[in-house]
Amino acid sequence: MKDKLKEIRERALKEIEESGTAEKLNEVRVAVLGKKGELTAVLKGMKDVDASERPKVGAMVNEAREEIENALNEAKNKIESKVREMKMAKETIDVTLPAIRPLTGHRHPNQIALDEIERIFIGLGYEVVEGPEIEKDYYNFEALNIPADHPAKDEQDTFYITGDILLRTQTSGTQVHEMEKGKLPIRMISPGRVFRSDEVDATHSPSFHQVEGLLIDEKVSFSDLKGTLQEFAKELFGEETRVKFRPHHFPFTEPSAEMDVSCFKCGGEGCRFCKGSGWIEILGCGMVHPHVLEMSGVDHLKYKGFAFGVGLERIALLKYEIDDMRLLYENDSRFLQQF
Amino acid sequence: MNTSLNWIKALIPGLECTDREYSDAMTLSGTKVEGYERLDKNLEKIVVGEIKEIKPHPDADKLVVCQVDVGAETVQIVTGAPNVAVGQLVPVVLSGGKVAGGHDGGPMPEEGIEIKSGNLRGVDSYGMMCSIEELGSSRDVFPDAPENGIYIFSQDVHPGDDAIEALGLKDTVFEYEITSNRVDCYSVIGVAREAAATFRLPFKAPEIKETGTEETEKTSDHISIEIRDKDLCSRYVGRVVRDIRIGESPEWMKKRLRASGIRPINNLVDITNYVMLEYGQPMHAFDLSKIAGGKIIVRMAHDGEKFQTLDGQERELDSEVLMICDGEKEIAIAGIMGGENSKITDDIKDVLFESATFNGPNVRKSAKRIGLRTDSSGIFEKGLDPNNALEAMNRACELVEELKCGRVLNGAVDVHDALPEKKRIPFEPERINEYLGTAVSEEEMLEYFGRLEIEYDEKAKEVIVPTFRQDLAGFADIAEEVARFYGYDKIPVTLPGSSATPGKLSFKLRVESVARETAEFLGFSQGMSYSFESPKVFDKLLLPGDAPERKAIRISNPLGEDFSVMRTISLNGILSSLSTNYNRRNKNVHLYELGNIYLPKALPLTELPEERMQMTFGFYGEGDFYSMKGVLEEILKHIGLKGRPTYENTGKRPYLHPGRQADISYDGTVIGYLGELHPETAIAYEMKDERIYVAVLDMPELVSRADFDIKYEGIAKYPSVTRDLSMVVPKTVMAGQIDAVIVQRSGKLLESFHIFDVYEGDQIEEGYKSIAYSVTFRNNEKTMSDEEVSSVMKKILNGLEGLGIRLRS
Repeated sequence: MKDKLKEIRERALKEIEESGTAEKLNEVRVAVLGKKGELTAVLKGMKDVDASERPKVGAMVNEAREEIENALNEAKNKIESKVREMKMAKETIDVTLPAIRPLTGHRHPNQIALDEIERIFIGLGYEVVEGPEIEKDYYNFEALNIPADHPAKDEQDTFYITGDILLRTQTSGTQVHEMEKGKLPIRMISPGRVFRSDEVDATHSPSFHQVEGLLIDEKVSFSDLKGTLQEFAKELFGEETRVKFRPHHFPFTEPSAEMDVSCFKCGGEGCRFCKGSGWIEILGCGMVHPHVLEMSGVDHLKYKGFAFGVGLERIALLKYEIDDMRLLYENDSRFLQQF
Repeated sequence: MNTSLNWIKALIPGLECTDREYSDAMTLSGTKVEGYERLDKNLEKIVVGEIKEIKPHPDADKLVVCQVDVGAETVQIVTGAPNVAVGQLVPVVLSGGKVAGGHDGGPMPEEGIEIKSGNLRGVDSYGMMCSIEELGSSRDVFPDAPENGIYIFSQDVHPGDDAIEALGLKDTVFEYEITSNRVDCYSVIGVAREAAATFRLPFKAPEIKETGTEETEKTSDHISIEIRDKDLCSRYVGRVVRDIRIGESPEWMKKRLRASGIRPINNLVDITNYVMLEYGQPMHAFDLSKIAGGKIIVRMAHDGEKFQTLDGQERELDSEVLMICDGEKEIAIAGIMGGENSKITDDIKDVLFESATFNGPNVRKSAKRIGLRTDSSGIFEKGLDPNNALEAMNRACELVEELKCGRVLNGAVDVHDALPEKKRIPFEPERINEYLGTAVSEEEMLEYFGRLEIEYDEKAKEVIVPTFRQDLAGFADIAEEVARFYGYDKIPVTLPGSSATPGKLSFKLRVESVARETAEFLGFSQGMSYSFESPKVFDKLLLPGDAPERKAIRISNPLGEDFSVMRTISLNGILSSLSTNYNRRNKNVHLYELGNIYLPKALPLTELPEERMQMTFGFYGEGDFYSMKGVLEEILKHIGLKGRPTYENTGKRPYLHPGRQADISYDGTVIGYLGELHPETAIAYEMKDERIYVAVLDMPELVSRADFDIKYEGIAKYPSVTRDLSMVVPKTVMAGQIDAVIVQRSGKLLESFHIFDVYEGDQIEEGYKSIAYSVTFRNNEKTMSDEEVSSVMKKILNGLEGLGIRLRS
């Protein structure tokens, strides 16, 4: 019995080693371990073995079975692995063929610029609010220190609906709306469409966007305005950006300034992009005129504030080096897909 | 506003600076320099030469050979100029020198033109005689230059002199952007005052000598002045000058006029122009003999009246135009232009000078209506200081005496009401420093003020502002003066202290932002289009004549009909953009836009209209009605509208395919629509035979329902059961009706359902279609038994029977 087991085991192991394919391997399994297999037959013959010998013989049979099964599994894994390898060998692809890309939408460059600006000012504690695009003369002009007959009214060629209702020429009116709410302090920015009767060309559009900013608090100074806008410029155009403030005039701020940033193309050396000056004009700003505070019901002795206005298209054109403003309103997919 | 730097320097003794330094410093103190141009750019080695001899060229009919004395030597120059003669003094560029441009006056090369000795048809030439154009100037300001030829000096010059100096071209002209509040800076004196303060140098306005004091004859002997509309003319100063001798102005005056871009004409005209530049006060000169009745009356014109201005044009007036009249007739449009009937001529004997203050807005509006903007009206419209009018008159009269061009009569006739007085503003140095974030000493502030001619009353602690500074009215204005001259660049950089406010988007903007992100994720790119459009849009969209969308707000002064109405329906922007793409052969274009429509409550507008944000989609290429629908539902889901929207084809949108359009409802409210574009509308947008799909979401309805609150519901513990329902359905029944039955009859057990097949054709009887649903049930409490499933299926089938639906066998 012991010899027979040994003979079965050794033959089985040899056959397993020589099998080579899954089919042959299976034949070996059936021949040895199957219902009518040799080892099964040995087990079946156990009843003829002396009872005292049975546990010993049983253990020997199980040992042989385990050994053969392990060998079978090992051989099976080897064969399967080889099959997979052969399959992969035929499956080589050209990895340099083009990608298959889903149709994805693109954000308008104005929107990207706006999202950036919003991100920066939200981080500084500003709330983003909106105001009406069709506006009363009072909010667009009068409450901003631009009374009837003020030359500034002519400078901003206004579209009128009626004598008193117009398409807003600036987002500054939202300053007044916010102040009139009476909730102080205020830190807000207000993006939106504005309109001026300029003919369409490469640098003008009768409809464009501004972002207005306003901060009102008890202790605010011109130096805070400088600091805030310098922070903004560095965040938007890069840490190495320098800023320059020049005196200017806006009826609703005093003192007023225009802010230039160092040319982000040449770094301030002077190039064609900045017309040789090294500086690029970015925005207008100033301390909110006490009279404007007063008109909107804010105590100008207790509160002070600063305001600024940025042209969104100007930022988008500069930042993305777009050379014609008309591209922003054509919505050509070849243009939009670049953003 | 253009001024010569030499003129400014003449008013500020000791001012030494380069053009660039001047430009930078002035810009930083608030007088922004837009640009500057050196008049002697590319002019090198150019001297005065005297033509000593002219001989014909042996080999060329059109050339002559000249011997020219250029001071140190006599050089031979060959020229083709037709106007040379012996004894003439001409500008000569010597060999190795440069001129600015060609003799034709065309565009000037950036580097100029180098002149070298050469040989013209066998004759040597050692330089070139120059035309005014070659010197970078023009006959506009050198009217004495010949049209085609060498410039001939009439000035007192000698061979070898610097010709550029002699022509007044050793100068730089600065162009400033003067802000509207600084009317005083529309003058050389005003700019010079700023420059002196900027460079911390003393400045003194020219002291004017009194004139006509010896005369016994008075202006008032000849003229009386009456102002009928004092609101529009706050001051009128008239002064008579007799025995006029018309002649040329002296060279110093001509140089300054030319540098400012003004053509010298004659001494009388030049004086008025010069004073306008110097004082920023426009003046006018009338022929005294043409003034009827010795009267000047300032009054309004009459409607429809015609008037011939001194440029010979006939102008139509109206009753809001202010006129200068004599005893009988109009003789000038106030502040804009004089009349042909009283203009000065070469044989003039006596003049009446006018120096007046007219109302700025009125001049501006009149000039606009008449269509005649002049240098004069451009200055008046800023609103002038009446005190300036008399000073300017006195200056003009002083120049008349200096130039010996007439006899100034004793005294002016000066009509005015109360003149503006110097304003007093409290001087609060601490408050100023707090406002600016600076620590400027009181003394330093007062020093700035002194340079600006702002006085200080130490007792009252008040600053006293001269009347020409109309812009200084209160505390903040004074603070700005300190900031300007302390230097904006020197003000510290700080951040606002803490009154912490939370930074955030408004809820509406947040909803829009999520909707945008979702649309972009689903392949739609963001477009932007104008809010105003052509009324023809309504026709393109096939809207009937009485459609409510046609009740749109009109702009009273649009750029043109194409930009004249505020949109009441948002499709045109997207359709126009799709059309642009389609005609440029861009494939598979998917666009969306977020923009307002403007809905008037009544027309004409009496109150502000409603502005409704619309999210508009449009595409051609890959996709169809149902993919459009999927995009909308995805957006609704992302902004937290978790329920099922319903769709109904009401057929009421004429711009959409009648069989392929639907209104989208949520909670029983229409929140938008979608559909295939009507083929006629597609043709109107030049996209014939292309299937275009559009959709609009009415954002206010979405924003009011949006909700970003998410509650986790637990992953089901018990298995679900799915049953297929294959049905024969009458064609008139919409899938939406079947959906409703399934939802209503399954109750809480329904987990989901979807259609997996729709079929119409041969195997189905006429008037019917086949629809197959897959319905999934789940009981959250336990595993569903067959009986439970069968029971709910039976309920559904019963419901469907009511719609004439039966199961497919």
